[in-house]
Amino acid sequence: MNIAVLAKQVPDLVEGLEIDASGKALDPDSLRYILSETDDHALEEALLIKERVGGRVEVFSLEVGEVREALYAALAKGADRAVLAQTEGEVRLDNHTLARIFADLLGRGSYDLVLTGVRAIDDLDGSLGGLLAGYLGLPYVGLVRKVEIASDSATAIVEKEYPGSYAAELEVRLPAVLGIQAAEQPPRYVPVSRLRQVMKTAKVEVQDASLPEVLPVAVERLSQPEEGAGAAMLSGNPEEIARQIVDLLSERRLVG
Amino acid sequence: MTMGTFEAAPIPEKPGVLFPEIASAEDKFRTCLQCGVCTGGCPMGEVMDFAPRQAVKMLLDGRFGEVVESNTPWLCIACHTCATRCPRQLLISDSLFPALRAAVMAAGKPLDQDLQKALQNTYLYGNPMGESPRKRAEWAKTAGVPVPIVSQIKRPVDVLWIVECYPSFEPRNQEISRKLARILNALGVDFAILGHEERCMGDCEWLAGERGLFEMLIERNIEILSKYRFKQILMTDPHSYRTLRNVYPALGGRFVVKHVVQFLAERLSQLKPLLKKQMDVTVTYHDSCCLGRKTGHYDEPRALLQALPGVKLVEMIQNRESSLCCGGGATTIYLDRFIQDRVKDRLADRRVEQAAATKAEILAVACPFEPSRFEDAVKVTGQEGKLLVQDILELLAESMGLA
Amino acid sequence: MSQDVLVVAEHFRGRLNDVTFELLGKGREIAQALGGKLAVALLGHEVRSMASELGAAHLVYVADRAELREFIPDRYGAVVQIALKEAAPRLVLLGSTSMGLDLLSLLSARGGLPCLDNCTRLDARDGRVMVTSQIYGGKIFAEVVLPDQTTLVAVVPGTFAREAGQIAGAPEVRELALPTLLPEARTTFRKLIEPPPGDVDITKAPILVAVGRGIQNGENVPQAQELAELLGGAVCGSRPAIDQGWLPKTRQVGKSGMTVRPKLYLALGISGAPEHVEGMKQSEMIVAVNTDPKAPVFGVAHYGVVADALDLIPLLTEEVRRRALEKAG
Repeated sequence: MNIAVLAKQVPDLVEGLEIDASGKALDPDSLRYILSETDDHALEEALLIKERVGGRVEVFSLEVGEVREALYAALAKGADRAVLAQTEGEVRLDNHTLARIFADLLGRGSYDLVLTGVRAIDDLDGSLGGLLAGYLGLPYVGLVRKVEIASDSATAIVEKEYPGSYAAELEVRLPAVLGIQAAEQPPRYVPVSRLRQVMKTAKVEVQDASLPEVLPVAVERLSQPEEGAGAAMLSGNPEEIARQIVDLLSERRLVG
Repeated sequence: MTMGTFEAAPIPEKPGVLFPEIASAEDKFRTCLQCGVCTGGCPMGEVMDFAPRQAVKMLLDGRFGEVVESNTPWLCIACHTCATRCPRQLLISDSLFPALRAAVMAAGKPLDQDLQKALQNTYLYGNPMGESPRKRAEWAKTAGVPVPIVSQIKRPVDVLWIVECYPSFEPRNQEISRKLARILNALGVDFAILGHEERCMGDCEWLAGERGLFEMLIERNIEILSKYRFKQILMTDPHSYRTLRNVYPALGGRFVVKHVVQFLAERLSQLKPLLKKQMDVTVTYHDSCCLGRKTGHYDEPRALLQALPGVKLVEMIQNRESSLCCGGGATTIYLDRFIQDRVKDRLADRRVEQAAATKAEILAVACPFEPSRFEDAVKVTGQEGKLLVQDILELLAESMGLA
Repeated sequence: MSQDVLVVAEHFRGRLNDVTFELLGKGREIAQALGGKLAVALLGHEVRSMASELGAAHLVYVADRAELREFIPDRYGAVVQIALKEAAPRLVLLGSTSMGLDLLSLLSARGGLPCLDNCTRLDARDGRVMVTSQIYGGKIFAEVVLPDQTTLVAVVPGTFAREAGQIAGAPEVRELALPTLLPEARTTFRKLIEPPPGDVDITKAPILVAVGRGIQNGENVPQAQELAELLGGAVCGSRPAIDQGWLPKTRQVGKSGMTVRPKLYLALGISGAPEHVEGMKQSEMIVAVNTDPKAPVFGVAHYGVVADALDLIPLLTEEVRRRALEKAG
């Protein structure tokens, strides 16, 4: 079972976001990058599949932020190969572009399953997995929370989430692309000492990828919500605030 | 009934022995008498699958794996009673338990998610809460007195105050930090803080079995500290105080380190005249594990409390070396749910009941993990309105009119 | 290409989802502004009767086949592509949902059509269509002018008013010309998994105390529980709170959890990411507590407080108790 995991680096919201002078993009200097959360789940699910049915897990990413560390962490967790795509010239980080680049890279190997996080915080133009499946002509299911490989190794049985905690059990003929919402267990922890060890001994492969010609959706303007816009903000010390809130509830006969 | 004061187990010089791979630890652990003093003093012994004495025996019998798979690794609250009393000076809480936890992690077994998040946050942001390091000095903006940041004032200072994570980010503790700033100001102390350059000094990571993260933090912190010139380091957090005092030197970070109770006790003659307000309260003092058993500061906090005018100091049934841990030993604040599911009464509740038994009106503490734990326990045990939890610094500030 | 708007209807377990009506209401407005018509693509099995609920539209393309009984991304995608060829719309509207997002991406890649997700605002003026999408956990608004070609847009559920799409009407119903044999789907439906029986149905609670990452760890949930009980309500959480194991899945509010409309939604330590907001924004009163003044939750809340939820919970509990005693005494 050859599994490819597509991993994206996204801006870390803890560090705050700033819009650049043009007003159309984020200021890269203000950004710190981390692995997209659902991609971490995709990797975890891939590793669980490998533990159950054997095979290889290969992780692909693009040269952004601290991506090398994320790739070493993937190797430390049990991935077999990490590939970093490098392109000449600046890459627009929209999903259509990424999907084209990954489609090119994946075409150089043979994979039964491609897993990627179903949504990332910077998704503007659709889901990376869905776009990739569209370009490769492969079946796709998004919002997956469980993947089981059938004994014939030719199909995967997946659970697709729906609102209200419903889910659909679907059978997908491989090869296929799955958009992972959550792995069956939380992404495992990599002790720092193991990470450092892997950084010394393992290798991240760099592969050249051509910059695709993709007509982007043009962003006119980025803006941030005004502080407290919408809500009537309460102020005072915590005791006063508690009283104000209970006053509001009392007015509506919700309490007291 | 006090047990007398045992010598705190000496922390060895070499880092390799600090956190030994389990194979080399076996040699040391082979000297174990199986006397059971560890289990006898362990507040969690009853609920562990394998209490300390038995865990050591199983290690020696080649059954380490069974202990790893049991609930034992995650129930140690790092109160260090075992390590303090062991006649062979075996570092049970300091090395056996971290090794057990490291083994769980190395096996890729799932961790308690709160603990995992805390470790990941510490790696990324230098604090377990996941706050941006840029916000580390936000608390100081409303201190009411100048709190200089050492990178900005660009001169040597007398005292570098390492604030630490909880006192920087946790609201109850931020209040205490502000009061200390005012106290230092009133004493005319020349101090500064690291601000956004400060990261966790390290303690939980070691206890959690994350040696790599622990060492990474220390290396980085030594680098930062080496940039500045100061005569001494001041800390309020007993856990990282112990680490800075006992562990950093072995990794190249040799500094004069003082806990705030020590620092202020040294200045008692200067402090006393400033303690103007009559307090007129009965106070009992809780010896925190790291400040007490691990570093031996039993007298200084008491001296400070007794300097407060109108204070009557009473002792709880377990005090000084035999003090009962609040249960918040560095990693266990993240393992509370795990522990709660397994114990009948929380340690903090037991401790508060001991405090109430002394008829004291105030339970004085000197560790950032304690105020909220004990305040919760005060509510749970029905002591609300009868017992107030106060950090020593809060009491001093009140008497100085700086509250 | 026409100036029409095509809405891809979404239904689940025999009922049209609310988002379909939200899209119809807005879609009709946009179509009018563009000078075009509003059409709907309705796929399924034995769904013709649903067409009568789609009165807001001028035209309903129906694809009613046994193979379309359940949502299969690739199969639905292939059929919607046929509808797109027939309708040649200016704008295609889908819900940013489990079904909609799959379709959005597949259609965009296979059809070479530009697409946009996370739409929370949509306007048409002078032949131009403008979309605002909320990304980065709701912290950034991105304004986009759609290109002058068929474009797919996925809209966050709860953005537009459902009522605007629930007007009576008699749309033309047209059978979509489908091949006798639909292209073989490599995905098949096996079964529906029901939600686990829950202790509390949070959709029925009049008051919800919701916890998010801001309460820091699971140990703080009992406090929130105490407050909820005092108020006669229940505790629920955002996805992170459930993922961390603090609450069971039945307590999850948001995209793949429950949609709730309580009298009071007290959001504690919740940032207000769109996936969560869509599940609670229709609450009668939303009071949000967060330490970040820029938290997106303040955009949807009626009242906001910049404070630490952990500070406020015990104070609120105390105050509620005090009021109750006062009233009794």
